[in-house]
Amino acid sequence: MHKTLIATGALAFCLAVSGAQVSAAETAANALPSVLTIHIKNFMFNPMSAKIHAGDRVTFVNDDDEAHTATAGDKSFDSEGLDSGGTWQHVFTKPGTVSYFCELHPYMKATIVVLPATISLQR
Amino acid sequence: MKRSDFLEHVAWTGSGIAWSLSASGLLASQPASAATNSFSFVQISDSHIGFTRPENPDVLGTFAKTIAAINALPQQPAFVVHTGDVTHLSKPAQFDAAKQVLSSLKAPLIVLPGEHDVIGSPQGFFDAFARPDAPNGWFAFDQGGIHFLSLVNVFNFEVDGKLGTDQLDFVEKDLAAQKTSTPIVVFGHVPLYALYPPWGWTTQDGSRVLAALRRFDAVTVLNGHIHQIIQHTEGNIRFATAAATAYPQPAPGTADKPGPLKVPDDMLLKVLGYRSVELVADAPARVADHSLG
Repeated sequence: MHKTLIATGALAFCLAVSGAQVSAAETAANALPSVLTIHIKNFMFNPMSAKIHAGDRVTFVNDDDEAHTATAGDKSFDSEGLDSGGTWQHVFTKPGTVSYFCELHPYMKATIVVLPATISLQR
Repeated sequence: MKRSDFLEHVAWTGSGIAWSLSASGLLASQPASAATNSFSFVQISDSHIGFTRPENPDVLGTFAKTIAAINALPQQPAFVVHTGDVTHLSKPAQFDAAKQVLSSLKAPLIVLPGEHDVIGSPQGFFDAFARPDAPNGWFAFDQGGIHFLSLVNVFNFEVDGKLGTDQLDFVEKDLAAQKTSTPIVVFGHVPLYALYPPWGWTTQDGSRVLAALRRFDAVTVLNGHIHQIIQHTEGNIRFATAAATAYPQPAPGTADKPGPLKVPDDMLLKVLGYRSVELVADAPARVADHSLG
């Protein structure tokens, strides 16, 4: 019997389900890091574009001497002031493409594509 | 008043002495604010309270030193204007600490926000420095025979340096009611002209304000944001950005990116300071920048 679970929580939750076995498609999805770190360095987000799955937790690290923010254009997330050396995490729950930028230096732009976290569990 | 009479010169000075460059190009010095019966105000900028990096580990201390220097002026200015970036990260504790220092000022205070004061929301700034006559943040007033415009170009969170249609309409309507001979002084955080767009040192829609200012005899635009003194003239409009009280930034294009600039410890106070603007009847107004050390 196949059962499909639409996971909207953390991917770790799905992996923690006892006896879970993922399909080929989800194997590819699982190859993506469950925790992505985006470094802010030299007034750029690196990587500037990234693909994650709904439920993934992303860490932003400010490696610059200057303060920055990671602020979504639709305000769906906002690190607010991220001082030099500061870190901030956010769990992306909604599939879609979200553009974000630094509110202090708005020419710093980047994009995250949030893929649906559709996990097939075989029993 | 002729426009050539309004602004004499801007020069970096040590504490207490204002150097001015006359029309003949000769440098002259005299004690700062020694004249009596004159109108004067002081500009401070970019205190970045909350900043802790080695470029200045004691921004609260240098801010307090600035306020003490202004309080020690023999003639108190009509007001002190802080042209933004009061705080580093818009934190309530940073606003509180800044207000604590500013509360010792003898002169009345005007504060406009920088982009560091409105991170996430302008609410923290308004909570700290709300003015009943400026519900939107921008306002105009007359004092000492000068018409002042205090503008806000940091409220659009997707563009650093933008005034917006509402404010532009306000400016055009306000200026239309002024006499051509009235000296105009404009405050804003981000430079109103394209000082260095690659680093965001420009106001995207500033040209509409500059167009409205062109018919006046004498216009002075005073900004902060770039933590250094840069003068620029476009016809009747004289622009001058101010030094910070917190830390310097590199000159435009001299580094990969803008940001805090580390100078030798014994040089720091020499690149921080405040600006005085003095207007004496029937004489050129003088704008002078005073370092803390």
